[in-house]
Amino acid sequence: MKFLDEYRDAEKVKILVDQIQSLNIPPINIMEVCGSQTHTILKYNLEELLPANINLIHGPGCPVCVTPIGMIDKAISLAQKKDVIFTSYGDMLRIPGSKNSLMKVKASGADVRMIYSPLDAIRLAKENPDKKIIFFAIGFETTAPANAASILTAKKTKLTNFFVLSSQVLIPPAVQSLLDSDLIKLNALLAPGHVCTVTGTKWCGEISNHYKIPITVTGFEPVDILEGILISAKQILSNEHDTVNQYKRVVTKDGNLKAQETIYSVFEICHRNWRGLGEIKNSGLRIRNEFSHFDAEKNFEINSVTTNEDERCIAGEILQGLKKPNDCKLFSKDCTPTKPVGAPMVSSEGACAAYFNYRKVNELV
Amino acid sequence: MNMDCPIPENEFEKILLAHGSGGSLTGKLIQDIFIKSFNNDLLAKEHDGAVFNIDGKKLAFTTDSFVVNPIFFPGGNIGELAVYGTVNDLAMCGAKPLYLSASFIIEEGFEMETLQQIVASMKTAADKCNVQIITGDTKVVEKGKGDKIFINTSGIGIVPDEVDLSPSNVKEGDKIILSGTIADHGIAVLSARENLAFQSEIKSDTAPLNDLVEVMLKVSKNIHVLRDPTRGGLAASLNEIASKAAAGIIIHQDKIKLKNEVKAACELLGLDPLYIANEGKLICFVTPDDAEKLLIEMRKNSLAKNSEIIGEVVNEYKGKVVLKTLIGTKRILDLHTVEQLPRIC
Repeated sequence: MKFLDEYRDAEKVKILVDQIQSLNIPPINIMEVCGSQTHTILKYNLEELLPANINLIHGPGCPVCVTPIGMIDKAISLAQKKDVIFTSYGDMLRIPGSKNSLMKVKASGADVRMIYSPLDAIRLAKENPDKKIIFFAIGFETTAPANAASILTAKKTKLTNFFVLSSQVLIPPAVQSLLDSDLIKLNALLAPGHVCTVTGTKWCGEISNHYKIPITVTGFEPVDILEGILISAKQILSNEHDTVNQYKRVVTKDGNLKAQETIYSVFEICHRNWRGLGEIKNSGLRIRNEFSHFDAEKNFEINSVTTNEDERCIAGEILQGLKKPNDCKLFSKDCTPTKPVGAPMVSSEGACAAYFNYRKVNELV
Repeated sequence: MNMDCPIPENEFEKILLAHGSGGSLTGKLIQDIFIKSFNNDLLAKEHDGAVFNIDGKKLAFTTDSFVVNPIFFPGGNIGELAVYGTVNDLAMCGAKPLYLSASFIIEEGFEMETLQQIVASMKTAADKCNVQIITGDTKVVEKGKGDKIFINTSGIGIVPDEVDLSPSNVKEGDKIILSGTIADHGIAVLSARENLAFQSEIKSDTAPLNDLVEVMLKVSKNIHVLRDPTRGGLAASLNEIASKAAAGIIIHQDKIKLKNEVKAACELLGLDPLYIANEGKLICFVTPDDAEKLLIEMRKNSLAKNSEIIGEVVNEYKGKVVLKTLIGTKRILDLHTVEQLPRIC
């Protein structure tokens, strides 16, 4: 399959690995920002091929994991309301709130439905005029255009029973927040290809210039990741700090201007709390006032819920790259995909789930 | 009176959808509730059906319920699936399927014409497999208390004396043959259920495997296990065998075939085809000496023309399945703990 098989090609992988191995690399930390990249690294066990000096650090790029627990609790509260059909992308259903998850309240009778696109929620609203359809809009710049488009469609078709609970977040402020922190020393970043498809690469250039750190906009296949690592390592060795676009087959400098326009016609930037990371200024998207009749937070009384993180969970440190999933005492014991304590164990982009699902052979006892 | 509760405590208070996904939660439910409570040697073998002797005849008996949604999907419908599913479970025991039962739980308001259509396709499917549906049951539940129609089929067949298929027969060096492409059924049903439009229609692979198995058993007396990788997909079936046989299994990702349209759908949705259901495929563990000749014969059958040796049993990784990835690295291919959900971005 074009644009897929050639990026999983064993011969190309070998050539790249030989090139990486031939470099005389000092100990370096490279963060892959996106959770899908983390999963590729674990799914193909790329670390088996890399020199020990290259330490891959898993970043905060899992949209499900960073959705604050308070927002999950709000979602659960809304889902339990009478005459509500609560819709969400599949990954969100299992994420633990303070006491419950959407999947559990579904099992208890709430009408929670997994959808593949926000337009499915629009369809449900049209088909069920006597119900209130709430869509849980989460994610980064990648999902924001479709989520915004759903509100524009609802307006155009004069829907009065469609609502959006918005918990959209933006990647650049989160990356800056990590680089501002003294807690971890990052030598290079693999920027998230999907996000850059929408945003373009300009923000990466600004960050690499400001923080003097090489950034490679990287795709999601083994060859992409290894190319990203090779480009990063070479820049580190030659003391350069440019932004390089490895994912040229998809990402352009300006990104998808139409998608950007759609996002900002419906949403505006706000401060946002990130699960595990705390508040990051200007890192969220909220629904603009002119669309407030679609805003679930403004149209429903949400029961006050006391949000409560499990103190044993180190998801925050994992999302910042300070620790790895198997550094956690709960990992695969008290915290598993069936009984998750933290969100990274649930999401298909979560680092803990990647470590749990794709164990290495040498971890067998 | 015995006051001991036979049902052990479970970590979940309620049944979740994941308990039916074929992953580790399903396995735990079966182990902790059913096997522990019903407690007998035949059930404990955890084969696709039970094999036992009555008056010197070796019989296989199995049952399966079909709750597929939608009830008509590209490549099949719930009726023929209910026949083929049980026929295939008998075939995996090495049995020649003979008789089936069919029980229907129908929701009030269900269209009579649709029921007739389903039943007609069951008759056609039964004829194709050379089995008869000889008994059954009908229940109607109130509107909203069911989902259109559920069908349960049970089946009985005769196992030739010389045939003995069981995970405990698996030996180091055995080759593992997969009879074709994977994930066709699961993706076909998913795309029909969710109205996902792909460029080309993905069809279920639902098909009866009894004739294929009969040929295979004639070609080789050294087949150790057969399994149809339905719910939970190839990964679940291999894990069940590895665990039950306490054997180590290596499979080679580059040998596992996928139709291009199925591969594209899996990529788009972020689903791993190794965990997606099949309804017309089988895996076979056979001695290395017989593997090639069996493969040649299997490829002559239209249902197995894409057969391939995908792996082998090794002397390490006991009880586990190891995947040699497309790029040559290795990792464990574990049971999924929960059902796969499509990714967000």
